Amino acid sequence: MTKVYVPRDMAALAVGAKRVLAAIEKEAAARGETIQIVRNGSRGLLWLEPLVEVETPEGRIGYGNVKPSDVPSLFDAGFLKGGAHPLSIGKVDEHPYWAKQTRVTFERVGIIDPVDLDDYVAHGGGQGLAKAFEIGPAKVIEEVTKSGLRGRGGAGFPAGIKWKTVADAPADRRYVVTNADEGDSGTFADRMVMEGDPFVLIEGMTICGYAIGASKGFIYLRAEYPQCAEVLTEALEAAREAGWLGPNVRGSGFAFDIELRIGAGAYVCGEETSLLESLEGHRGIVRAKPPLPAHVGFMSRPTVVNNVLTLATAPAILAKGGEYYASFGVGRSRGTMPLQIAGNVKYGGLYETPFGLTLGEIVNDIGGGTLTGRPVRAVQCGGPLGAYVPPSLFDTPFDYEAFQKHDSLIGHGGLVVFDDTVDMAQMARFGMEFCAIESCGKCTPCRIGSTRGVETIDKIVEGVDVESNIELLSDLCHTMKFGSLCALGGFAPYPVESALRHYPEDFRKATLPAAAE
Amino acid sequence: MTLVKEIDYGTPAAKSDRQVTLTIDGQQVTVSEGTSIMRAAVELGTEIPKLCATDTLKAFGSCRLCVVEIDGRFGTPASCTTPVLPGMSVHTQTPRLKAIRRGVMELYISDHPLDCLTCAANGDCELQTMAGAVGLRDVRYVYDGANHVFARKDGKANFEWKPKDESNPYFTYDPSKCIVCNRCVRACEEVQGTFALTIDGRGFDSRVSPGADEAFMESECVSCGACVQACPTATLTEKSVIAIGQPEHSEVTTCAYCGVGCTFKAEMRGEEIVRMVPWKDGKANHGHSCIKGRFAYGYALHKERITSPMIRDKATDPWRVVSWDEAIAFAADRFKAIQEKYGKRSVGVITSSRCTNEETYLVQKLTRAGFGNNNTDTCARVCHSPTGYGLNQAFGTSAGTQDFDSVDDTDVILVIGANPTDAHPVFGSRMKKRLREGAKLIVVDPRRIDLVRSPHIEADYHLALKPGTNVAIVTALAHVIVKEGLVNEAFVRERCDWDEFQDWAAFVSEERNSPEEVEKLSGVPAADIRAAARLYATGGRAAIYYGLGVTEHSQGSTTVMAIANLAMATGNLGRRGVGVNPLRGQNNVQGSCDMGSFPHELPGYRHISNEAARHSFEEAWGVELDNEPGLRIPNMFDAAIAGEFKGLYCQGEDILQSDPDTKHVSAALSAMECVIVQDLFLNETAHYAHVFLPGASFLEKDGTFTNAERRIQRIRKVMSPKNGYGDWEITQMLAKAFGLDWNYSYPSEIMDEIARLTPTFKNVSYAKLDEVGSVQWPCNDSSPEGMPIMHIEGFTRGKGKFVITEYVPTDEKTGPRFPLLLTTGRILSQYNVGAQTRRTENSQWHPEDVLEMHPHDAELRGVRDGDWVRIASRAGEITLHAKVTDRVAPGVVYTTFHHPLSQANVVTTDNSDWATNCPEYKVTAVQISPSNGPTEWQEQYRELSESARRIATAAE
Repeated sequence: MTKVYVPRDMAALAVGAKRVLAAIEKEAAARGETIQIVRNGSRGLLWLEPLVEVETPEGRIGYGNVKPSDVPSLFDAGFLKGGAHPLSIGKVDEHPYWAKQTRVTFERVGIIDPVDLDDYVAHGGGQGLAKAFEIGPAKVIEEVTKSGLRGRGGAGFPAGIKWKTVADAPADRRYVVTNADEGDSGTFADRMVMEGDPFVLIEGMTICGYAIGASKGFIYLRAEYPQCAEVLTEALEAAREAGWLGPNVRGSGFAFDIELRIGAGAYVCGEETSLLESLEGHRGIVRAKPPLPAHVGFMSRPTVVNNVLTLATAPAILAKGGEYYASFGVGRSRGTMPLQIAGNVKYGGLYETPFGLTLGEIVNDIGGGTLTGRPVRAVQCGGPLGAYVPPSLFDTPFDYEAFQKHDSLIGHGGLVVFDDTVDMAQMARFGMEFCAIESCGKCTPCRIGSTRGVETIDKIVEGVDVESNIELLSDLCHTMKFGSLCALGGFAPYPVESALRHYPEDFRKATLPAAAE
Repeated sequence: MTLVKEIDYGTPAAKSDRQVTLTIDGQQVTVSEGTSIMRAAVELGTEIPKLCATDTLKAFGSCRLCVVEIDGRFGTPASCTTPVLPGMSVHTQTPRLKAIRRGVMELYISDHPLDCLTCAANGDCELQTMAGAVGLRDVRYVYDGANHVFARKDGKANFEWKPKDESNPYFTYDPSKCIVCNRCVRACEEVQGTFALTIDGRGFDSRVSPGADEAFMESECVSCGACVQACPTATLTEKSVIAIGQPEHSEVTTCAYCGVGCTFKAEMRGEEIVRMVPWKDGKANHGHSCIKGRFAYGYALHKERITSPMIRDKATDPWRVVSWDEAIAFAADRFKAIQEKYGKRSVGVITSSRCTNEETYLVQKLTRAGFGNNNTDTCARVCHSPTGYGLNQAFGTSAGTQDFDSVDDTDVILVIGANPTDAHPVFGSRMKKRLREGAKLIVVDPRRIDLVRSPHIEADYHLALKPGTNVAIVTALAHVIVKEGLVNEAFVRERCDWDEFQDWAAFVSEERNSPEEVEKLSGVPAADIRAAARLYATGGRAAIYYGLGVTEHSQGSTTVMAIANLAMATGNLGRRGVGVNPLRGQNNVQGSCDMGSFPHELPGYRHISNEAARHSFEEAWGVELDNEPGLRIPNMFDAAIAGEFKGLYCQGEDILQSDPDTKHVSAALSAMECVIVQDLFLNETAHYAHVFLPGASFLEKDGTFTNAERRIQRIRKVMSPKNGYGDWEITQMLAKAFGLDWNYSYPSEIMDEIARLTPTFKNVSYAKLDEVGSVQWPCNDSSPEGMPIMHIEGFTRGKGKFVITEYVPTDEKTGPRFPLLLTTGRILSQYNVGAQTRRTENSQWHPEDVLEMHPHDAELRGVRDGDWVRIASRAGEITLHAKVTDRVAPGVVYTTFHHPLSQANVVTTDNSDWATNCPEYKVTAVQISPSNGPTEWQEQYRELSESARRIATAAE
């Protein structure tokens, strides 16, 4: 029976994977072909979705951008045996976009049936947890520390140190919380893991819970990810049934369970303290730190709050050793980073690679430049509050410290590409507007400042007192940067300041027409 | 006199014993571990700018004005949320900090009205002060952007703008002035525990909202005013401040409502009260208040206040306004004549639990030394007399064992027959705070009081017993504790009489006292009784708080002793977090008992037959005292009807409305030849009076009150008495007319006499109180600073006494004619007989007494919510509006008696406590039926009220 892979990843569904699946099933039935459908995650070659794969003795053959109307011709071409067809991309494993990656966290994403635990184990799943139980909690933390893994949510705090802090905090209970409130524009790695390999997150959380002495974990998932919720719910149920969660995880005597909680649509709840407030049932507003969640977290108990990617990387670290993971990367940025390449780009998708590639390599070589074919003018790195980086800085290597050096950040690994038609004053305005819409309203700089930022940029664009308003905008950025309570208000100035710095001409268009003519 | 300004340390004091030394702006300071940098700076004398921080609330960190720089640390952390660390070096003023602060202030002001000169907070606005502090000189944002300031923007409605909410009679909410510091929301949550406020919207849209965008009066707000006090701007402002302006001087005084004894700053402009602000240093209230204490002082200036003495020959005559001399002479002559005709013991007094210790002392002194009898009693007779009796039996003192602060260390709270969130609201809030911190709660009450379940609070067990079965329930709790081996034997052996304990243990172990048996009479599931008993005995530090639901029963004293037994058996006495705590009703009911108001006791609870004690008074007063106890209040009524008791001097108590079986009281008063009423208003008792002596409010005199935790606190005169004299002066005039040579020129002299003659008050003086604020008696040479926790080493009486508490059902039983049980209680906004609160805007919350009944009972009788219903008992009948609610269990109905025209006490009976005659207000068998309106008695009484209050005009 031939296995046909039709992704259930949202990126595939969004471009018609479900209709393609229906067409394939219908066509197979009509032709009397018996096929086995596997709803895998996405390989991450997003410009090719829906990417249908067929298992053949030579390997999995892919057919990209399949439309329902293509299905009869695929059958005609013998695609069930890997037959040639204009949509065929050949062996997916040999596609350069795939072959050049170093897949650690995303090892199984797109390959396995996400909710089939046997498939997970057949592809190396579960070895990390087995190792963890073998070496004991203290050694687990040691291994994670040794790996150099840093929080993938954006702040880049060393995961091992966080885990140790929580493990050492005296308490009657501790918690693991997965931050799955992936709200940055142009990011989708968390979603792809949860939709493509949810067991790796479950295993990672279990490892963390075991290491810190927690018996309960939460996944705080953004409401905008219904497909994730569906896959996670199935996976959690399967894990419980198989004894991977529950009072005696895989016979170890360790009790651990995970509850899935859905957010209510606030970007700021991706900030860990608002996330905890929301998880506790309060309004999602930021808590002041200290105390850190590692000391006083969920229900005032020591809590590890980690991003999906951070926790999903733990099984590989345990299975292959901290040193293996640390062998990748540069400087203090160890391991691999799942880059999310988006925006006006030819080959958008997920690309996991060790730290250290230059931004230019990522945008031009991997991403293939802009989709429109026009010159790249800016790349926004690290989400809506990340800096805009001009091509003149494309030699910057992708690592935490190198980006910080010129006031930008890698954040969650999202890259949004713009061509030369972009109006950077409007992009700066978008940064402030985003902050104004998503501000929780607790601290003054963010609550009022973001709205005043939008208004001031509008004045500048209109040509009203341009220079003094630019000065006011710069002062406002300073106030927000150093005065805000959390990173939302604190980072909203980054896109604005970088736009002001690298694209000053875009802010003075109203005053320049005479000169330009 | 100046305005008492309290230092705001920004964040609450840390409790650690460990000290941390750090440097702030080059100066070393040592503070407790856990202290915020902000507080450490204030202790050093440096005020870091702040808006969202205030020391009554946990640090929040939202305003971002208090940022500081710390050597070796990245960024600019908020000083309110950053705790001190050893060796830390902090800078509070640097160019970067100045820029941030100005930037933040500029943002604030860009969305704030610029009407400072005409703003009610002008002179008391933290936003204004901070703008000055950070040197804001310019707001560069143009004023045409998004804002909450103007109703219209660009010629269209501005939906960010919201109109003022003036629904609350005491304060306004002006959203345009809100700076979203969350202080009000946090105060409502952390201090009051009502959770009525929230922030609506997010980001720029954020604005304070009562409930889900409701008006204050429609929300769950209980109008405690904590939000108004917390507000740093004019967003939440007392209407009195808007009307009058900012105060210029203030005096610290004590609230005259309930037994919590909150202290306030009476903030004044001349003799006009601008507002009452709870005093942070007040040891009973720590800066919190309820709606009554903070807002309901307007009665003192109410138009119905009587300020001139009046007399009349017959109670049916209209009143005649006369001079003080004439009124005093008239009263004295009548009393003398009565005594001549009917004997020395034919007159008596009722002292007031609303007046000061000094005044109460003088009134009992008047009857003992002047009238030559011991016919003195006080309203404690009808509330906590069983407490005095019961606790004295068990421990040797007639008072609660703890201070209020003790609740902060309690692990298990057992509330029996008390409704603190309504009747002792400020302490109720303290209790709720502790419960939110994780303490367990057991409620024993027939009604589902708010503590049983309210935001973030839920009782672990609610034993909803049938009214009248307290003794059985408490004894059943003891049964479980004894039978399951949960007794603290070491404690009992060391501190209590072991033989008595064994007798008691054998008694409670009897099968008839088991939860299973008691379930049959109380209706409380045995499993709940068992679980509650286990929790009380094993849950850590356990404290019992009880109220009138315990005392106002035919077995009131028995229940008090049963409670004492429970505490002794489990060792829950003599340290913090435990104890037996009566929540006493009136502001000075503890004091009036302490001052010898009872007919059998001299000040300090010494029996009148005690030769030494009596002799000391005889010597001091220069008279011989009657060694026979005098009449209790109910005895006075009985004697009056029998024609033996003819004259009563009743100071500050409305016995007609507050005492049970109104018809009986009315008959007794009608039978007297001279009733002297001293009060602020022509109260209900005054309908039967011949002499009316206008009294002074607590704002118009000096003295002391003693609260439920035995705390003696000063009240201070802030305005001249409208009636001309303090109550102590009036009693002194009366005494002089009786030929007594009293020459007190100031209440402190009375307190000095009390201290001289009362061992437990030996070290109390006004000088001492001025110095330390307050003391908890005993205050003498062995505990010179007073005693917050009693019985620490052992009991006052020696060995703790276990008393057998046999359950005897009340005679008041349900039957075919009267199938329901009526129980009575209080409501937050009204106080007692309502003489004060009804004359304030508080009546907007509770305009009339209503009858709560269960839907099942209502359905059976065809009663719908809001219908008139007739409540009939063996004693009488009245009509009220029905409120159908499942707060009460089927078979139980409930009402309050704050309103005179409802006459709830027409239906209560003359059953009373076997030991102290405390009336059984809490159990009356009644029948309920639909009705068309007020009963004949209520109608007649309304007519009487009108005719008895007639005052002859000058022309007549």
